[in-house]
Amino acid sequence: MATLSIIGGRVIDPASNLDLITDLHIAEERIIAIGSPPADFSADKQIDATGQIVCPGLIDLSVRLREPGAEEKGTIFSETRAAAANGITTVCCPPDTDPVIDSQAVAELLQQRAAKAGMAKVLSLAALTEGLKGQHLANMGILKGAGCIAVSNVLPIVNTEVFRYALEYAASCDLLVFFHAKDPWLGNNGYVHEGAMGTRLGLSGIPEATETIEVARDLLLIEMTGVRAHFCQLSSARAVDMIKQAQAKGLPVTADVSAHHLFLSEQDINNYNTQSYVFPPLRTEADKQGLQEGLLQGTINAICSDHQPHEADAKLNPFSMAAPGISGLDTLLPLTLQFAEMRELDLMTALSYVTHKPAQILGLDVGNLAIGHPADICIFDPESCWRLSPENMRSKGHNSPFLEWEFKGEVSYTVINGRIISD
Amino acid sequence: MNNIQLDSQGRLKHFLGIEGLKRSLLIDILDTAASLINVPEKSVKKVPLLRGKTVVNLFFEPSTRTRTTFELAAKRLSADVLNFNVSTSSTSKGETLIDMLRNLEAMHCDMFIVRHGASGAAYFMAQHVAPDISIINAGDGQHAHPTQAMLDMYTIRQYKGDFAPLRVAIVGDIRHSRVARSDIQALTILGVSQVRVVGPKTLIPMEVETLGVKVFHDLKAGLKDVDVVIMLRLQRERMLEGALLPPSVYEYFQYYGLTKEVLKVTHPDAIVMHPGPINRGVEIDSNVADGPDSVILQQVSNGIAVRMAVMAMTLGAVSEKKDAK
Repeated sequence: MATLSIIGGRVIDPASNLDLITDLHIAEERIIAIGSPPADFSADKQIDATGQIVCPGLIDLSVRLREPGAEEKGTIFSETRAAAANGITTVCCPPDTDPVIDSQAVAELLQQRAAKAGMAKVLSLAALTEGLKGQHLANMGILKGAGCIAVSNVLPIVNTEVFRYALEYAASCDLLVFFHAKDPWLGNNGYVHEGAMGTRLGLSGIPEATETIEVARDLLLIEMTGVRAHFCQLSSARAVDMIKQAQAKGLPVTADVSAHHLFLSEQDINNYNTQSYVFPPLRTEADKQGLQEGLLQGTINAICSDHQPHEADAKLNPFSMAAPGISGLDTLLPLTLQFAEMRELDLMTALSYVTHKPAQILGLDVGNLAIGHPADICIFDPESCWRLSPENMRSKGHNSPFLEWEFKGEVSYTVINGRIISD
Repeated sequence: MNNIQLDSQGRLKHFLGIEGLKRSLLIDILDTAASLINVPEKSVKKVPLLRGKTVVNLFFEPSTRTRTTFELAAKRLSADVLNFNVSTSSTSKGETLIDMLRNLEAMHCDMFIVRHGASGAAYFMAQHVAPDISIINAGDGQHAHPTQAMLDMYTIRQYKGDFAPLRVAIVGDIRHSRVARSDIQALTILGVSQVRVVGPKTLIPMEVETLGVKVFHDLKAGLKDVDVVIMLRLQRERMLEGALLPPSVYEYFQYYGLTKEVLKVTHPDAIVMHPGPINRGVEIDSNVADGPDSVILQQVSNGIAVRMAVMAMTLGAVSEKKDAK
């Protein structure tokens, strides 16, 4: 088995609070030493990481791989390779593929194709109800056995009785539930945040209450059923407050925010910019601030990309006829670093939002540099400046509102299971 | 936004919306329309301003009135006109809007008059069309209907003269109305003293105050002392399936229908306008629609001259005043 040493980098491991210029040694796919190598160790390969940051590979809590079902937008291979090229070594795939991940066969297909690709690791979520239809519970036990790490319905469950039993059953299976808080009816025909910009552009709105009503309902059901719960991609400051209160009461809830919701608001849909057309919608400047504060105060635990790649034609339409979603793998680390700079955060804290914290949400002992762990590592040059363009995007989808943005910090190597993926 | 509708000299290249246009340019459109208003009354009802040009009516939504007035306006400018009723052709065969645009470009037309159900559709087409083609927005979703707004302004100026002292109320289904949005912007740019919107909360879009209007939910309070009343049709086709946003047409008329009785609270010389088609007994009583204060049919006549003016100006066929930018 090949051995590898990463020499002279600034090693940052948020899980162990380590921030030190040192060396890292890898053998048999695992980290075997930090600092001096074991006596009999010799490295087959060395990476000179002088001037670079060496941190755990990133964990992205929401990545649409588009396979199975929409391979014209992306495949397991194209998107796990894009993830790896961007320092992301683990991606969570929501169950709204086509067919839905509600059977052992689909769950295994994902695992097998991801393993064959040999790029970023794929953790799949299973459906909470069959076909995500909100009527019959999915075979959650079997799906957990097939490797699914959590369950989610993605779409609203209208029938509260079904919802309750689904959550109770998930709790019995000791499965974490991901919630996408959206009222089944309110703002259903909307495209953008219901407010000044939507009114001006004549685009039907999705009010804040679409999210908060559902968060309230979800929280009551979480309390009732005792299920472990995670809220995905919050969009409003008010939802952050509601979750903060629930956490203060001791409810087992965590939350994430997409990188784009930290940087964009309804202002960014001006001129009908379909690249900023996304669900949940970009809301007000105050909401954006509220989400940032939620992250800094620890109510929101992680940043995800909410990666949704599209072919170019999907966005080349009048706003309401375009497809929603942002291709986010290429900007997860750059935006996280930019957020750190903007809010004067230390790198350790910023990197925790995309490494250790998402691992904690999943309840997995990954996203750290502990000795004996699989060597999933991201190495980046924090001073390298570059500009996002369709040519340098690694994802198959080039749909991004951040095209032409200047970023500082560029991945130079990604190591997965001790193997160098990109250089 | 909408800067792409102006060329580097600040002249109209496309006509997509009122937002972002200077007062002087709006006045210029009205003055140009005034110079063309008598064309239909002459024995030869044509001027040669657009001779040799081809204008395409590209209507993705059914419309008889607007399409006809555009067609008439183009013909009176001596242009050749092509009518494309798209709702029954290509889109149902899966062709994208961009592909359709490329096909029409290949036919060497000079101007597309676009009506589309999606807000921003005309803006989208202007972004992607070949540089020598002008786009005129004939209504996009709930966003804008700028030629309707300009013919409304023409009519207001015709009856009221100066815009500055006027109070204008727009009544009814503001939420779904592209006419309301364009009228509000035009009235604001032209500097009227107050623009009001009147209707039940269900028909008033969120944060509409940011457009510079005052909101009223009571009809009589909203119409008190106004000089101009613009009535809007209930766009039932855009409302929640099976649910009228006022509970019934009958109830709506009780509270928001314009009657002789209600009209008494306005300024005595107030005019009543409506972009059409009117629904008698829903938003307006017949004896008001047909009454002495109604200028609804005058709006239709003015629409032809205003559309002639906009088409001629966007194709550079009339010289605009230097201060237009």
